[in-house]
Amino acid sequence: MIQIDSVTKRYPDGTVAVDELSLEIPDGSITVLVGPSGCGKTTTLRMINRMVELTGGRILLDGADIHAQPVNALRRSMGYVIQNAGLFQHRTIVDNIATVPRMLGWDRDRARKRARDLMDRVGLDASLAKRYPYQLSGGQQQRVGVARALAADPPVLLMDEPFSAVDPIVRKVLQAELLRIQAELGKTIVFVTHDIDEAIKLGDMVAVLRTGGKLAQYAPPDELLSAPADAFVEDFLGTDRGIRRLSFFTSAGLELTTAPIIAVDSSAAQVAERTKASGAPYLLLTDTDGKPLGWTGPAAAAKGGAALSVAELLPHGRPFVFGKESLRDALDCAVLSPTGWAVAVDDGGRVVGVTSQTTIAEAIRGAHAERGAAGSPSASAKAAAAEAAAVDPAIAESKAAESKAV
Amino acid sequence: MNVLNFINDFFSDSANWHGTTGIPHRLLEHVEYSLLALLISAVIGLPIGLFAGHAGRGGYALAAFSTAARALPSFGLLVLMTVWLGEIGTTPAMIPLVALAVAPILVTSYEAIRSVDPAPVDAARGMGMSSAAVLFQVEIPAALPLILSGLRSAAIQVVSTATIAAYIGLGGLGRYIIDGLAQHTYGKVVGGATLVAGLAIVTIGVFYLVERLAVSPGVRRGR
Repeated sequence: MIQIDSVTKRYPDGTVAVDELSLEIPDGSITVLVGPSGCGKTTTLRMINRMVELTGGRILLDGADIHAQPVNALRRSMGYVIQNAGLFQHRTIVDNIATVPRMLGWDRDRARKRARDLMDRVGLDASLAKRYPYQLSGGQQQRVGVARALAADPPVLLMDEPFSAVDPIVRKVLQAELLRIQAELGKTIVFVTHDIDEAIKLGDMVAVLRTGGKLAQYAPPDELLSAPADAFVEDFLGTDRGIRRLSFFTSAGLELTTAPIIAVDSSAAQVAERTKASGAPYLLLTDTDGKPLGWTGPAAAAKGGAALSVAELLPHGRPFVFGKESLRDALDCAVLSPTGWAVAVDDGGRVVGVTSQTTIAEAIRGAHAERGAAGSPSASAKAAAAEAAAVDPAIAESKAAESKAV
Repeated sequence: MNVLNFINDFFSDSANWHGTTGIPHRLLEHVEYSLLALLISAVIGLPIGLFAGHAGRGGYALAAFSTAARALPSFGLLVLMTVWLGEIGTTPAMIPLVALAVAPILVTSYEAIRSVDPAPVDAARGMGMSSAAVLFQVEIPAALPLILSGLRSAAIQVVSTATIAAYIGLGGLGRYIIDGLAQHTYGKVVGGATLVAGLAIVTIGVFYLVERLAVSPGVRRGR
């Protein structure tokens, strides 16, 4: 655990970058420092590895003051990732990654073997090992930066706006990769960003700092979205925080119906019977494998599934993966669907049911009632989301079966 | 008689190819003076320039010093040193050559280190590299092309200026120019000047090879 205890950074000219900041950064989780420029987030991060020396308060690493050991020993115990990766241009990728192990006295072969293992871990092809940094894209360079920081297996990882210099698509991929790596390694990560969406996506805990280096709020992202501490935090979060908070609610409990679903090889009689039974104005046509093809209009009902050409169907839009994706995804699918109904699929893309905007709205109300509109500080939203993500497909199917019975 | 005739006469005279006044011997002397001057200049200039660049301090003093050093007339300094030291020998010849060569080495190596991308330096410090390791393992390899260019321009200036050593009775290719002028044998003057120019071009070639060997492909092609 990293304890930041009433830390102040005052420069000789009197500027205060960080003002009496106190934070407890828990082990094995991602803590994001976020705020506008000039809020002292990078200064705070750099005080942890003493790239910037604090002028007041103290920082404890596992209970020991960071000044208790030599500064380079402290830094070697923490991985450090910066915005433009900061790779050594004159060294190959594998030797860049092997830097810290070499500094710790590993022999060259062992350090390079470790470096190659890490390239694999961060998703870099082994063929890049002998390349030089200039031969890599920005996203690849940043992966090397992460691998280099992880090379000596430090318990702590300090990341200073690591993804802000890459394009949005690559950034999304790198964010997902970081979460994947973190799920495997469970490091104590301190992550600085100015992007609140990145903070909410990555953070187990988010510290919002305001200009002048003061802490505005320190909370899990779910709580931040549901109960911003003041107008500054609310403004910083943006306008659609209610919608964004839905990404912390699992779709696993969502009520689905299978009544309007028919296979493409159904007869006209079956279609007519289904239309009557479901009471829905549209039927979802699936192929023989259970994958969605599209919605049929009311007029087409009499023709029978096999007689319908795909060109006559209304598009079903993007389906959501039931139990894995959030209520936000389910709502998004329903809003984008021309029929107003969202299609739920399993991991294999087979339809497990459909649900209406009304049903989703009920689920949202239910989730808010259960979690409390103001958010429950005791329960980590990330944990709930992770649990939801881990839902066994079999359970999801049995849930779908339950709703079929309804 | 045109210049090419002078050159032809000079190089085809077999007397110019033997003994202590022959081209091989004079060339060797010239190379020895030049190398010694360059070595002394590098030993003085590189550490000061590199460490000042690393520390980010002393840039103004270095610039002022090298402007002053460049303003010194080499020939005047040579005569002054000979009179002052009261001896004819290598020392009074080295002082003006070193004064000439130290300036570009100092300033270029300082600027080379200062212009290294700050991101890898920050990363290196943040991962716990010592200050000396940052200089030798991160800054110098990245700055090497510029550092070498400072050494190269110093070397070329030394090669062309080492001719003045002949004025105080030392050897080297300057002998041909000075003796030729005194004897009004312009073939000698032109021949000596051609050899100096040729040696300067060879110097450029040598530095090109050194750069190919010493600079990492990642730095060379990454620029």
